[in-house]
Amino acid sequence: MKVFIPTPLRVFAGGKDKVEVGGATIAAALDELTQTYPDLRKHLFTPEGKLRAFVNVYLNDEDVRYLPEKEATAIRDSDTLSIIPSIAGGAPVRA
Amino acid sequence: MSTLRMTRAVYEEVRAHGEETYPHECCGALLGTVTPEGWSITSSARAGNTRTDSAHNRYSIAPIELVRIEREARARGLSIGGFYHSHPDHPAQWSQTDFAEAHWLGCSYVITAVAQGKATVTNSFFLAGTTEEDKRFDTERIDIAGES
Repeated sequence: MKVFIPTPLRVFAGGKDKVEVGGATIAAALDELTQTYPDLRKHLFTPEGKLRAFVNVYLNDEDVRYLPEKEATAIRDSDTLSIIPSIAGGAPVRA
Repeated sequence: MSTLRMTRAVYEEVRAHGEETYPHECCGALLGTVTPEGWSITSSARAGNTRTDSAHNRYSIAPIELVRIEREARARGLSIGGFYHSHPDHPAQWSQTDFAEAHWLGCSYVITAVAQGKATVTNSFFLAGTTEEDKRFDTERIDIAGES
């Protein structure tokens, strides 16, 4: 399956915007991705192995956090994973 | 100081978006390609602000919207090179909230001040660094294509 790499992480994935990985589940696919590109690991996961809070992973158009089996969800070759860091902000609160 | 290149059309569009959503913050993505001189932004994609609870001074883009924006950008041979948002009645300077919520290292964050409904200053800040721990905003020049 294809994993789409967002702009800020491409430098850690050999400059690629997409990577083909194998694996039976989302977790296995991400594990293969970070085995192939070890520098990606700390940008995606905490030291405890959890996805960082600002890292969103989508299986096709579904947020992995809300899938019944989350990272244990089985994947097909035609599926895609998109890694999307959060984007938010705003002006300071007026005193 | 680094430079963010963008077309006049994108520059006017991000400012117009801020005027349309005033007194709320607008937000969207900047699309383009990387050149030896840095990002060249040739298109923008408006996004919805999910912070309806505090839209006058907060913005957030739903990740699913970014999935779709990225998919459409890929089909056009473009990548997300940054984001834009507005500060209603506040300077075009990044805030601590902007910094804390900035995670797209190597991308530009464009902010437009919208005073009483009119776009005034538009500034750009490059998110430099290699990790969450050493990231920083560097002010960058905006170079309107063909006008410098």
